[in-house]
Amino acid sequence: MNNAVEKKLALTHLWVAFGAFALAAVMGLYQVVERSGFFGFLESREVYYASVSTHGVLMGFVLTTFFIMGFGYYVASSSLKMPVWNKTFAWTGFGVALAGVVMAALPLLGGAASVLYTFYPPMKAHPLFYIGATLLVVGSWFWCVSMIAMHVQWKKANPGQPVPLAMFATTANAILWLWTSAGVALEVLFQLIPWALGWVDTIDDGLARTLFAWTLHPIVYFWLIPSYTAFYCLVPKQAGGFLFSDEMARAAFILLVVFSLPIGFHHLYMDPEQGHGWKLLHGVGTFIVTLPTFITGFTVIASLEIAGRLNGGKGLFGWIAALPWTNPMVLAMILGLLMLILGGFGGLINASYAMNAMVHNTAWVPGHFHLIFGGTTVIMYFGIAYYFWPVLSGKPLYCKSLALTQLWTWFVGMMIMTTPWHILGLLGQPRRIDSVNYNNLLTLSWEPYEATMIFGGAILLYSSGLLIYNLYKTQIGSETFQGEVEYAEPIHAPTDLPEYLNSFKVWNIVIAVFMLIAFGYPILQFFLMETFGSGRWGV
Amino acid sequence: MHIDQLEKKWATISLGIAGLFVAIILISALFHGIHAPSNVETIDSARLHLSEEFAEDNLGPQRNPDGSITVRMVAGRYGFYPKTMTLPAETNLTFRWVSLDVIHGVHIPMTNMSTMIVPGYVAQIKTVLHHTGDYPLLCNEYCGMGHAHMWSNVKVVTKSDWDDMNKPAGVSHE
Repeated sequence: MNNAVEKKLALTHLWVAFGAFALAAVMGLYQVVERSGFFGFLESREVYYASVSTHGVLMGFVLTTFFIMGFGYYVASSSLKMPVWNKTFAWTGFGVALAGVVMAALPLLGGAASVLYTFYPPMKAHPLFYIGATLLVVGSWFWCVSMIAMHVQWKKANPGQPVPLAMFATTANAILWLWTSAGVALEVLFQLIPWALGWVDTIDDGLARTLFAWTLHPIVYFWLIPSYTAFYCLVPKQAGGFLFSDEMARAAFILLVVFSLPIGFHHLYMDPEQGHGWKLLHGVGTFIVTLPTFITGFTVIASLEIAGRLNGGKGLFGWIAALPWTNPMVLAMILGLLMLILGGFGGLINASYAMNAMVHNTAWVPGHFHLIFGGTTVIMYFGIAYYFWPVLSGKPLYCKSLALTQLWTWFVGMMIMTTPWHILGLLGQPRRIDSVNYNNLLTLSWEPYEATMIFGGAILLYSSGLLIYNLYKTQIGSETFQGEVEYAEPIHAPTDLPEYLNSFKVWNIVIAVFMLIAFGYPILQFFLMETFGSGRWGV
Repeated sequence: MHIDQLEKKWATISLGIAGLFVAIILISALFHGIHAPSNVETIDSARLHLSEEFAEDNLGPQRNPDGSITVRMVAGRYGFYPKTMTLPAETNLTFRWVSLDVIHGVHIPMTNMSTMIVPGYVAQIKTVLHHTGDYPLLCNEYCGMGHAHMWSNVKVVTKSDWDDMNKPAGVSHE
């Protein structure tokens, strides 16, 4: 199969993703230096909040969405051994999303959209920011349609056969994203844009926050699923072994999709516009969604153990030493799992109704999501990039040892940055302050941690530079590389798979029922009681 | 379909772990009086000064007949009003927070007094402060360029000291 177009499509998406990442990484170091207050000449709250808003949009929305689309197109084409469905349609989606990013970037960089990537009405950004963000999401919907279309095409051509696991996971993510993005789409289309353009005078903040919470939890699983796909479908092969269980992997992806959606109110535990019972209901769901991650941890570590033993590792722990630590993707997963264990522990604290009150909106929270998103999710994006770049560009990886150094420095930098960040939260520091101005002795205890974080940020920026340098040098290399993405085989090939592990039909109905239960009345209540909207406020 | 015995055991253990956490949270929420601000009460943030409850004279701590204290506070860029107040330790406190402009959040470090303050809604939270001392009230939600400058002060004193400071006027002439 000639897949030159698929390669170009994927590579173009991935370059946009990592270009956004590189710019955002520079801003990250600036922010950690500025907020420390040790360098007075840098202090500017206008620049700081424009930077924080842009950093969040680039890392959270641009890096992720473009990476997921590029990765998804190539996984679909290579695992199904099919060309990408309707390539003009796919390129159109890319164009729409990119136009949206450019449109949103203008007010962001100019300081006219310093409302952070979570929007925060009734503070109003320039309308272009909301319209650009909407176009980015609309562009990603093209990708969702492509993935579902290819899934359906393949099933028609191969009736009764199990859909390859990597494609099953990718379709799961497309369906998850359609459900997930509906919440923020409702907020932006029916509340933010009409209000920002002056068509309506007020906005109900309670409703806006409820709709945003709909999106806010499952979006992190949208970001995470490519990394989990690599855990299950790519790493076991790279490590020299087999996938421990194909069926449990499918079950884990289904649980992720179904249970990450109806639980967003753990972001609203401290909010006044939703009642106790609804918060508790979503809280219980939050613990159910730990199950697929528990299962994933077990299955992928069991797969690593198989590889370690096949490589000659003996004894209880000998297989760990026998793993190919010099394979970038295997190393990325090991480091990613370490950060997942630490970050997952913090996440359990956040999810716990009462303990959350002690850390809510403190520096603990950005510490947590940098560790688990910037750590686990993004380090696996790097591992995938090192594996995909030679395949997509047709050139061998420029330097493997540089890739290993990059992964290790990312891990070390992330630990040095996020550990003090968590501690600052426990010491009461609020999140998102650009400087420390409080007339209280407590702030003296913050200084050593602020200083330590700067070292972490510097290491992370150095690591980001190594990544971009290595990918760029690979791209412009003169040697040729011929190879394809290889997927891990399960120990037991899935046979007579029940339809509920091979299709999403029944799960879409389950999700619809869960969403109706979890969000039906909590949204309806705003139309049943007398509410008072807010006007437009600048920043 | 093939599911390994080990995998089945692990799935059961995971279910048990999640179940245990859920049980602990439900018990602490339902029986230990965890009062997250969940009162779903609306108010017109643009007319606070005309409301009876949040008019200027009513802000700050007020003693209720049962000995508990209600603290009414207005958050606005960039401060929590009143800017300074004194509260008794070991007393049931009910904070009622409203915003006069955008979203704010507030917490007293090292305590569980924490809530979002969303315009259009009253955030009510109940707690007891156990340790005396000077605490800051810090804004913890981005609310504009002055976010880092938004704080107020609260002094926590013993219950008897607070009672001495707040004797009802015109009564104790003995």
